[in-house]
Amino acid sequence: MLGGISKGLIEMRGKRVTFGGVIFPIVFLAPQLIVTLVFFVWPALQSLRTSLFEQDPFGLSEKFIGFENFIKIFNDAEYLEVVLLTISFSVTTTTITMSLALLFAVLADRLVNISTIYKSLLIWPYAVAPAIAGVLWWFLFNPTIGILARFLSIFGFNWNHFLNSNHALILIIIASSWKQISYNFLFYLAGLQSIPKSLLEAASIDGADGFTRFKKITFPLLMPTTFFLIITNLVYAFCDTFAVVHATSAGGPGNSTTTMIYKIYRDGFEALDLGLSSAQSVILMFLVGALTLIQFRYIERNIHY
Amino acid sequence: MKHYAKYMLFASALTMSSSAYAQINIVFWHAMAGEMGNKVDKIANDFNASQKEFHIQTVYKGTYTEVMTSAIAAYRAKQPPHIVQVFEVGTATMMAAKGAIYPVHELMKDQKVPFDSKDYLPAVASYFSDTKGNMISFPFNASTPVLYYNKDLFSKAGLDPNSPPKTFKDMESYSKKLQAVGIPCGFTTEWPSFMQFENFSAYHNQPISTKENGLDGLDAELKLNGPLQVKHLQNLVNWQKEKIFDYGGRGDSSKPKFFSGECGMTISSAGARLGIITNMKAEVGISLLPYYDDAKGAPQNSIIGGASLWVMKGLKSEEYKGAALFFDYFAKPDVQSWWHQQTGYVPITNAAYELTRKQGFYEKNPGTDVAIKQLNLNPPTENSKGLRLGNFVQIRAIVDEELENALQGKKTPKEALDSVVTRGNELLRAFQKSNS
Amino acid sequence: MVLPVYIAFVSSTFDLSRNLTGLPLWPGPYLFDNYKQVIFDGVSSQGLPPIGPMIFNSFIVALSITLGKISISLLSAFSITYFNFKFRSVAFWIIFATLMLPVEVRILPTYEVVASLNLLNTYTGLSLPLIASATATFLFRQLFMTIPDELTEAAKIDGANPIHFLYYILIPMSRTNIAALFVITFIYGWNQYLWPLLITKDVSFYTIIMGIQRMARASDFQPQWHLVMSTVILALIPPVMVVIVMQKQFVKGLFEVEK
Repeated sequence: MLGGISKGLIEMRGKRVTFGGVIFPIVFLAPQLIVTLVFFVWPALQSLRTSLFEQDPFGLSEKFIGFENFIKIFNDAEYLEVVLLTISFSVTTTTITMSLALLFAVLADRLVNISTIYKSLLIWPYAVAPAIAGVLWWFLFNPTIGILARFLSIFGFNWNHFLNSNHALILIIIASSWKQISYNFLFYLAGLQSIPKSLLEAASIDGADGFTRFKKITFPLLMPTTFFLIITNLVYAFCDTFAVVHATSAGGPGNSTTTMIYKIYRDGFEALDLGLSSAQSVILMFLVGALTLIQFRYIERNIHY
Repeated sequence: MKHYAKYMLFASALTMSSSAYAQINIVFWHAMAGEMGNKVDKIANDFNASQKEFHIQTVYKGTYTEVMTSAIAAYRAKQPPHIVQVFEVGTATMMAAKGAIYPVHELMKDQKVPFDSKDYLPAVASYFSDTKGNMISFPFNASTPVLYYNKDLFSKAGLDPNSPPKTFKDMESYSKKLQAVGIPCGFTTEWPSFMQFENFSAYHNQPISTKENGLDGLDAELKLNGPLQVKHLQNLVNWQKEKIFDYGGRGDSSKPKFFSGECGMTISSAGARLGIITNMKAEVGISLLPYYDDAKGAPQNSIIGGASLWVMKGLKSEEYKGAALFFDYFAKPDVQSWWHQQTGYVPITNAAYELTRKQGFYEKNPGTDVAIKQLNLNPPTENSKGLRLGNFVQIRAIVDEELENALQGKKTPKEALDSVVTRGNELLRAFQKSNS
Repeated sequence: MVLPVYIAFVSSTFDLSRNLTGLPLWPGPYLFDNYKQVIFDGVSSQGLPPIGPMIFNSFIVALSITLGKISISLLSAFSITYFNFKFRSVAFWIIFATLMLPVEVRILPTYEVVASLNLLNTYTGLSLPLIASATATFLFRQLFMTIPDELTEAAKIDGANPIHFLYYILIPMSRTNIAALFVITFIYGWNQYLWPLLITKDVSFYTIIMGIQRMARASDFQPQWHLVMSTVILALIPPVMVVIVMQKQFVKGLFEVEK
């Protein structure tokens, strides 16, 4: 039956030509599986279990309440806003970062001379720890002393993300994208490097110009990388942007920049309502899982490896 | 046995380890970053030098939120620290965790260390005591909001630098005078919920919630949408339009506004004094919080913010004496007044306050006694002993959110505060349910 | 793109009051003073242990996580891509699911597991839980999928066993991606904050990022931004060095695949 389910829903492609035997794959798989089971699956099951209970933070007592936490969440009028915000934030961030990164990578790939410095500089954003990055954005955008804020005020544009929801939203998009552009750039560059020169040379001999070469050869060959990046970027935007929001807008003003993961942190760590935050993470996990499954089913079909 | 002891002495001298032979290590987790952490370490080192039986090991464990999470994780994993510093809004949660904490008054009694809660400043002690007056946690760093004003800018605006505003009417007129000479904003505030709603209510003898702001029971209901609070929020919204009041964000994000001279006045923590004096070139004055003089009962007294020390259960019984002795040491007048003078936190004991006064500290450092005066302004009423509400971190975030909604014009002040009460009460009921 | 980092540098060249009242776009005069204070006098006034050991700790943690993650991911990706066994897909999804439950949620139970294994306050405890991520496996899977089947067939015909194939053919072909992953994972390990904070019990295990956070997060006391930023810039040097070293792997045409 398990075989049936896996074939139907979650079957994922492998190579057509494979090696035989079962011992080798199991042995190769073992280290990752063991670490995953011990340090991820087991704790994850614990925290999932917490979503069905009402527990005090110290774990001194607990009461089974079934799906009450979930019902509470779905009845909360503001939760829908949070989910919608999270989706639009994630899609926007992913689109911006991937497009810009691809552009930078193509440029770096072509301009060989300056590219070493260029490449190093473009990695720096990723190297800055998220919480430190938050402080740097504060230095740039603080309405009173921020350099960019003052720059904008020269043009009569009064930047104030403490009071203006749109400004706050722009700020968290910029702050989250900044780091991710580096990440995507790095992988796109690696992807570009593995495209054989001979292919592109043959195409230009055939009379194809730069743009056509990109469209017909480079981009299709980059699809595996692109697929990898779409998935990891969306997951990043949904699950990993807590630190950025916390350091810049703290979910405000009002709750206009409160994303799902931020709410989970607030309810779990600050409010210590472990049951409620676990329930929210179950919902988040299902959302991200569904998105990923959809992509594997529909997008991966069209990728020619 | 003698041989073994000698070897241990030698070995430990070699390893230069701080936990030497037979000394019991007492682990103290705190959130005092930067310079403050140094001062904590000094107290710990002095305590360690003063006796041989126990060794306090201080460990910085992050922000208040991170320290609390670490402590909970450690307790659940059955490896708690002995002492942990928890911020005041975590008091309700800690007190409710009866199986996890060792109340201070019991600790001192069991360990036969002299202790009398009457020695402690009433405003401070009552915050951390139960309804019978027994202290459950040990006050560590307590502060209260005060008004800071830029004396240089006052002179520039033709205001007397030694005559700070007393009422909110004054705040408005002073702000207008400042703006008349080109200063963009009159005043701003830090920690909006704590200073403009919680302390505002207490200072005007208005309830934050029923049941003595939660000190008397888990069935408290929020009362932050009273007429005076609504009026104040309406004023803030109106003032924001002309920047008589200029909102600078949550927490202490508004600091640059005062530092840079954009705002002439700010409401900030008494503990921030050192940072302000050291880093601002302008001369700064400190005075009591402004109030509405047409409100009956104002000014009453302000309530404290800060943190206290909690003792965790689950450790060996002979180790607890160390915690008790450390508390006793920290409360000694000379230690306490050193702490108060160095940090700007209020002295937790009457004796330390007296000692500091006798030393002439307040004359030499004008403004340093404003906080204490304000806390002791009047004997506390049921509305001004402090507060103890469950899920209060979340509730504060809600207050901040609704304040921002009101300032943006998305809700009227009444709607915003009604929202605070509705949403906040849900959280209070949830806390009540899981802790009864 | 580099503006924020540049600002950090500018901040580190001014004194504190300038930092608090608005920085300009060009560096200031305090470069030597600030860096000297941070490197030599140590930031002990900020409650910090000496910088050297912290950097050492960061290095060990980052390196262990990187080497660990790359090796077990290569193996597991190879396993699920190049072999056809019954619960192959299930295994992939179990591994992949690790991406979807954020760390903030499972951090408390993970702490309990690590504590029960007696791994608190150890390098193992600091690194091991963090190598269980799926990004690397997923990346290698994508890469392996693009490698032509003819190579596999040729290898099988030659009678090569899977280990040979992996070592002599797949890994060299993955070089650029391994380099990219090395950079990313090293930086990820280098920048860890919350996990080391939770599980370390004494200052000798501090990583440099923990040290910086400690200086920057003062609730009642003014952070010394100029010193914080100086340390931030210093802490950026090792990751950048890793990037430069890995640059060599990013040479185009390292291998040509004839189709």
